[in-house]
Amino acid sequence: MKKNQKRIGLVMTAAIFCLTLAGCGQTPAGNSGAGNNSESAKLTGTVATDGSTSMEKVIGALGEAFENQNDGVTFTYNPTGSGSGIQAVQEGRCDIGLSSRNLKEEEAAGGLEATILAYDGIAVIVSPENPVVDLDVETIAKLYTGEITNWKDVGGNDAPVVLIGREAGSGTRDGFESITDTKEQCQYRQELTSTGDVITAVAQNPDAIGYASLASLKDSVKAVTVGGVAPTEDTVKDGSYVIQRPFVLVTRKDTALSDAAQAFFEFATSPDAAELIANAGAVAAN
Amino acid sequence: MRKQQKFMENFIHGVFLLLGLVTVGCVLLITVYLVLSGIPGIRRIGVFSFLFRSTWESTAKEPVFGILPFILTSIYGTAGAILFGVPIGFLTAVYLAKLAPPKIKAIVESAVSLLAGIPSVVYGLVGMLILVPGIRKLFSVPDGASLLAAIIVLAVMILPSIIKVSVTALEAVPQEYEDASLALGATPIETYFRVSAPAAKSGIAAAVVLGVGRAIGEAMAVMMVSGNVPNMPGLFQSVRFLTTAVASEMSYSSAGSLQRQALFSIALVLYLFILMINAALNFFLKRSKT
Repeated sequence: MKKNQKRIGLVMTAAIFCLTLAGCGQTPAGNSGAGNNSESAKLTGTVATDGSTSMEKVIGALGEAFENQNDGVTFTYNPTGSGSGIQAVQEGRCDIGLSSRNLKEEEAAGGLEATILAYDGIAVIVSPENPVVDLDVETIAKLYTGEITNWKDVGGNDAPVVLIGREAGSGTRDGFESITDTKEQCQYRQELTSTGDVITAVAQNPDAIGYASLASLKDSVKAVTVGGVAPTEDTVKDGSYVIQRPFVLVTRKDTALSDAAQAFFEFATSPDAAELIANAGAVAAN
Repeated sequence: MRKQQKFMENFIHGVFLLLGLVTVGCVLLITVYLVLSGIPGIRRIGVFSFLFRSTWESTAKEPVFGILPFILTSIYGTAGAILFGVPIGFLTAVYLAKLAPPKIKAIVESAVSLLAGIPSVVYGLVGMLILVPGIRKLFSVPDGASLLAAIIVLAVMILPSIIKVSVTALEAVPQEYEDASLALGATPIETYFRVSAPAAKSGIAAAVVLGVGRAIGEAMAVMMVSGNVPNMPGLFQSVRFLTTAVASEMSYSSAGSLQRQALFSIALVLYLFILMINAALNFFLKRSKT
């Protein structure tokens, strides 16, 4: 029994490995601009995506739906981080790079094109035990730069503020710091390497404050309202919730996508995909 | 017939040699790659300011790459883990090798093996959920993610290697030594600490060095409990180790940038530490044989 399971596991691992390899090896095969009439012809091939870990839910939902619609297509997603994804698409190791920030100048100069797929709200989170419910962007900036160090100054308990954030280079951190205008000034107490870790750390400490993308928010922490606006899909979409960032599809300008990748690109940016993106916790751009 | 046999022998020899060379090849490849990709960063930053500056701001507009906090944190963290781990590990080993009844010995030894098999991310998670809040409450500091939390996690992680190697060393002490000591009127405990332990000291030293190697190379568990901020180390400070400095920024650094080169340089420094530890290990192991 156990042996059998092991064998099945091995076979599956091998299969996944092969698919991944196939996905990475895929170079856009001839035939540019065939995407428009792709509905009629049966699509085959692979769509390889690589990049931002924050986009996992969104891209996972889109990929699954796309695979269901097109039997012959294999969709792969490699969660490596925005920087790695952009690099991968630049080197031709995947079809579409995923980035949860806009391209840097030097990246855009390398012949890459960014298309905004969706917006992600970044929620500012505290422990449910913390009495503070509302902060404005300025106060958040003051908290993170160390100008305010005690919760009693913002209407909370008499306790030191524990600042929790993400590591340098993280898309969420970049988004948060550029929106609150606190780049290079944050006095972090903890720099954690995943959204889940931030949520866990904040949930464990009643004096902690952190940030996490809206899509991965859990009940173990409380999202504060920013300037009176709660982070929800509606407020992110209409722009009234100000702490938000784009989810970007990165492609190369000089090489056309393969048929399958082009079809996926069109599917993802079409209004049909909006519901899928919304279900995954982000807000569709189209 | 004999000729064919000889050919077969040689052929098998060749196969084994080839397989052995795979390992050597991997080590050489990694070494060459690390040196080649680690040197440019150090050259651009300057050896002195890379090793001895106390600020690390890799993503600032004018980036500063000083890894002194990482080096000190790794040294303090490892030393702290040894400070906690060695006494516990050594005494456990003495108990297991000399005093424990066979049944208890079997249970404790399988527990130790199990401890060795727990993935480091699990150590990190448990540390994050229990140890970090615990330290916060116990010492009433604002946040429990600190060097102390990392030290405790590392101390537990190095226990299995210390215990196992020490037990082997203690069990290898010739029975005659102990019999002689007991015959001279020493109590069993005196015998174990005055005779057995000194006789096994090279093996025990090897166990400690093995623990050092494990502690200094650990990344995942300490990343989750140490806070991971590039501060100069302090017991209740949020700190970053050499390993976690590489691990936390590597996926975000853009290729060819000074940041990535600096990360490879950190890896090179870490590699040199490991080389020194291995050299020490070899030294102790050789001495224990003679």
